Amino acid sequence: MSEARKVSRAEIYLWRLGLLLAFLALWEVATSRGWVDPFFVSRPSVLAALLAEWISTGFIFRHLWVTMQETIIGFLLGTVLGITVGFLFARWEKLALIFDPLMVALNAMPRVVLAPLFILWFGLGLTSKVVMVISLVFFVVFFSTYTGIREVDRDLVSNARILGATPGHMIRHVLLPSALTWIFSSLRTSVGFALIGAVVGEYLGSHEGMGYVISYAEAMFNATGVLAGLLVLMAAVIAIDLGLKRLDRRFSYWKPVR
Amino acid sequence: MTQRFPLPREGREFTAVEGVSFSVGAGEFVSIVGPSGCGKSTLLGLVAGLVPVTAGRITLDGQPVSGVNPRLGFVFQRDALFPWKTVAQNVGLPLLFRGVDAASAGPRVAEWIARIGLTGFERYHPHQLSGGMRKRVALAMTMVYDPEIVLMDEPFGALDVQTRNLMENDLLDIWAQFRRTVVFVTHDLEEAIALSDRIVVMTASPGRVKAIYPIDLPRPRSVTEIRFHPDFGRLYETIWKDLKDEVRVGYERSQKSLPG
Repeated sequence: MSEARKVSRAEIYLWRLGLLLAFLALWEVATSRGWVDPFFVSRPSVLAALLAEWISTGFIFRHLWVTMQETIIGFLLGTVLGITVGFLFARWEKLALIFDPLMVALNAMPRVVLAPLFILWFGLGLTSKVVMVISLVFFVVFFSTYTGIREVDRDLVSNARILGATPGHMIRHVLLPSALTWIFSSLRTSVGFALIGAVVGEYLGSHEGMGYVISYAEAMFNATGVLAGLLVLMAAVIAIDLGLKRLDRRFSYWKPVR
Repeated sequence: MTQRFPLPREGREFTAVEGVSFSVGAGEFVSIVGPSGCGKSTLLGLVAGLVPVTAGRITLDGQPVSGVNPRLGFVFQRDALFPWKTVAQNVGLPLLFRGVDAASAGPRVAEWIARIGLTGFERYHPHQLSGGMRKRVALAMTMVYDPEIVLMDEPFGALDVQTRNLMENDLLDIWAQFRRTVVFVTHDLEEAIALSDRIVVMTASPGRVKAIYPIDLPRPRSVTEIRFHPDFGRLYETIWKDLKDEVRVGYERSQKSLPG
């Protein structure tokens, strides 16, 4: 890599920007000249106008906030549950042996199809979406905690024993820190899942949130509304991902830089 | 004392060490040498109480070993430092585990960090240190709680020769000052002679005691200087005669990829 000619960052950004603008221009021209029907694919200028209206009226923030609430609550509960169960399974092998098939079976179940059941059980409000998010996040966190604790360096465990660690010390100073690196490496995946869970839940049945906005626009055959909703979600995911990257760097301070 | 491990896939047992018997006096520095795979490390694990012994017994001051003994220290082959803790936190960990309050633990940690020459590195994490520095931290972590017996499992094996000699000299200094009992496992005969009062030679797997040699070289020693002592070559030759057959057997076995 170092042998190759260095491409400057600015050049890359210019290329990206140029291609994006070219794509938007082509889209705009194609729909205004009637090559493509804007009914199906909307038009950049119309899309921008709708987004501006959503932002200026605050309409979109109300719905985004609902989705974020479901995502965050579900994510936190799912993570705590995943760590707890993963930990118990890693510590009591019998438990793991008994419940292993159940975990695999539950994880194999397509959660998206379960969403209508959750709505039936927990109603159209926040609870059914939170349950949906938990059902997705739990497994990601559970499996990484379980692996993290089982893969803990044997020498470190032996060393801690020699140095006089009680079982409590072992958990606090050896097992959890070791598992945390695994949990953090799966964090970005599980946050993505959390958001998907919330949106799919809303999409299938609710009266607020980003999933509802998109599904409502769809019902009205409003392609602009659907695309605008997607763009807002995309921006939210990118923002969250950037935040997580920072968080990950903070928590993995002790790891060598790769 | 004998140690066997089940080999479930082959439906038989693997005998790691068999009929091993020797004793170590208080304040003595004893090395165990033998070919790779002869059960040297297994032996230390048994003495440390990390693994229960299959047959026979191990006693410390007449008390049979059952579980990990708090009066014992262990320096691992790979420096088993906690990567998420700083140098000071690593060194202080055994004191924390023992419930020593922070006020009295602090000076002891600082003292040991100074003794291993890492003052100023207290807030570094292990990955920021060189192999030699990490080994020093591991040594300080063991010595800080003042164990009566220190077990060392090829502690300097991964270091380059210069660093290794420095570490060996430091170890001798610490040992001379504190006079703790040391059981030192190595496959390097020169290292064993330079450091020890006695050397236990083990056979290839299953490990048995082949011979025990007293090392009557004068102390205090410097590992770099002691090699030129007239008796060093004589001792090396005598012990090597015993060891070389075992090394050959061990090597041939490992070529046939036996477990161990």
